[in-house]
Amino acid sequence: MSDMIGKGILVQGLCKSYGNKPVLWDLNLEVNWGEILVLFGANGAGKTTLLRILSTQARADSGTIQVAGYNAKRQHQNIRQNVGVVAHQSLMYEDMTARENLMFYAKMYRIDDIKLSVEEVLVRVGLESRADDRLRTLSHGMKKRLAIARATLHDPKVLILDEPEAGLDEVSTVNLGNLLYEWVQKGKAVLMTTHNIDIGTNWANRVAILSNGAINEIDSIKVEDIKRKLYGNSMRPDVNYD
Amino acid sequence: MLTMTNNFHVFAAILSKDILLDFRGRDIIFSVPIFGILLILLFNFALDVTPDMVDDLAPGILWVSFAFSGVLTMNRSFVREKEQGGLEGLLISPISRDIIFFGKAASNFLFMILVEFVLLLALAVMLGFLVTSWVLVLTIVLTTIGFATLGTLFSAIAVETRSREVMLPVLFFPLIIPILIGAVEVTSEVIGGTSGAVARWLPLIGIFDALFLIICPWLFSAIIQE
Amino acid sequence: MLDFNSAKRSLFSYVLAGLAIVLMTFNLLLIFIVAPTDAVLGDIQRIFYIHVPIAVMSFLAFFVVCIGSIMYLIRRTSYWDRLAHSAAEVGVVFVTITLLTGVVWARPVWGVWWTWEPRLTTTLILWLIYVAYLMVRSYAPNRSQGSLYAAAIGIVGFVDVPIVYYSVQWWRSIHPAAVVGPLAESGSLEPIMRNILLVSLVAFVLVFVWLLQQKMAIQKASDLLISISHISDRTRV
Repeated sequence: MSDMIGKGILVQGLCKSYGNKPVLWDLNLEVNWGEILVLFGANGAGKTTLLRILSTQARADSGTIQVAGYNAKRQHQNIRQNVGVVAHQSLMYEDMTARENLMFYAKMYRIDDIKLSVEEVLVRVGLESRADDRLRTLSHGMKKRLAIARATLHDPKVLILDEPEAGLDEVSTVNLGNLLYEWVQKGKAVLMTTHNIDIGTNWANRVAILSNGAINEIDSIKVEDIKRKLYGNSMRPDVNYD
Repeated sequence: MLTMTNNFHVFAAILSKDILLDFRGRDIIFSVPIFGILLILLFNFALDVTPDMVDDLAPGILWVSFAFSGVLTMNRSFVREKEQGGLEGLLISPISRDIIFFGKAASNFLFMILVEFVLLLALAVMLGFLVTSWVLVLTIVLTTIGFATLGTLFSAIAVETRSREVMLPVLFFPLIIPILIGAVEVTSEVIGGTSGAVARWLPLIGIFDALFLIICPWLFSAIIQE
Repeated sequence: MLDFNSAKRSLFSYVLAGLAIVLMTFNLLLIFIVAPTDAVLGDIQRIFYIHVPIAVMSFLAFFVVCIGSIMYLIRRTSYWDRLAHSAAEVGVVFVTITLLTGVVWARPVWGVWWTWEPRLTTTLILWLIYVAYLMVRSYAPNRSQGSLYAAAIGIVGFVDVPIVYYSVQWWRSIHPAAVVGPLAESGSLEPIMRNILLVSLVAFVLVFVWLLQQKMAIQKASDLLISISHISDRTRV
């Protein structure tokens, strides 16, 4: 796509502390256009914090952050228009139907043809049959699929996904993988975190690990290498770490 | 992209979403008016209201009930957002925080007006306090605007603190005392009390509203995100 | 990074403390020995020389809270946050003393512990706003959110206080109190009383500034300590 400026995601020297406790420091990260970067990290390493900063849900203390070519400090509204987010919280209203939720967010993102976009996205995640049921009545996996629908509704250039495959069944997981693959085929960028090393290595163009407040990139996408980096020398050969 | 009509559509969408959820959720739509009626009941017994005292006491009872019901309304609104992650969803959308504030304040305002109407009816029935006056309507609208403006800002803060049920009243009540006094005085005059109250207090309430309608959205934008 | 300077005792703070002590001692001498005994109220009237300056200081403190809050929201540096927080803590002490001295005076002079006259009522509301300010800080989920929320309270509260004062005053003119006491402050003041009052005011301003500066230094030192304790967190294995 010709209107892609800069890189998908570009981070240099990011620092973030909560109170006086540093969580991320001197963090560098790049996600190119047309690429899926999968981020691993132990619980509490700061993955969610990083994602929240990139999606403008939180502010970094210092550092250069560009998402979709826009500067996070000065052009945050541009970033929001061009980023689709799947977070830990559902970000949607339990007492409204799937369709109502999507239509609401379509208005928030100022989409031109609301009905069309909403229908498209419902079909893409396979929820047309349950579109008029209240969110309360949907299963966890369906809510996750709806979250993915919400994230792609406004055709953003960058997808930021926090454990999107968690709780999905086989079919839906495969669908998600296909969706992401098609996404980057169009030249867009995806940053995804997961605890599932198999899925992560299957889907990724590049892999990185967040630990000690910064990113370490890995040369190979071999599962054993990643496990070793994550769990270090304390790994026991007989235990399945997945 | 960021045209006036565009902003209005976003505002209208937030407002109608909130109203829809209020009715569907069935939590505040019943509980708040009932709470208000219970308050009037308590006042009736606690103050030992006899028919000749009604005109003296009714304005105070009315406005205290309005204030407490307002607090309940506004508390619920943000709790719902927080529990379901709705607020985060709004914050990562490309909409200005001012619009979020006005949308929420407007929905709080409308709901409070609805409850106040119910409580007026209740007061008419239970205490025989019946007033039909445009001045009273204007006062109720203006004062409720003040409640909604400050209350929406404070409930956004309170919902993030522990002890959130107490935090909102503690923040809200001291600051709305001026318009509370004004509203009670005007209500008293409307039913035949001292004159001159309207001319003195309505402008005060108006200025209060104007002032905080400017300050509160700015503060909301500044504090709503880390 | 780690800036130790503002946490150290400086020449300025020593000079300030010295001046404050000297002037306050002089002030107390004036109040209790030099000032004439009031013809109507007696010795209890002397509390007025403390009550009025402290009341002024509590409003001044809140003004500082407001300025600090506005600057913090614009600049987001910890200095302004510390200023607002410190002014609020010092201020709440001053307001409490204002209320207590007011009550102590009211009882013998007016015969009641409390009356809903505009100044006293506004002071009570000011106290409530200060308390809400400090509550929000400590009940917030983390420090930076607490600073932001408190800043909002500091600004809104300060804007509202004058409105509260006028509305109570108007209300009072419609509902006069049962007891109308001699409100000596606005009455005729003999020159010597006025002068002592001024001295007292200056003395309390010095005390206020000194307390504020001390509190800010303590806060800064505590922040530094926490930063240092986290340095080891930043080492990479």
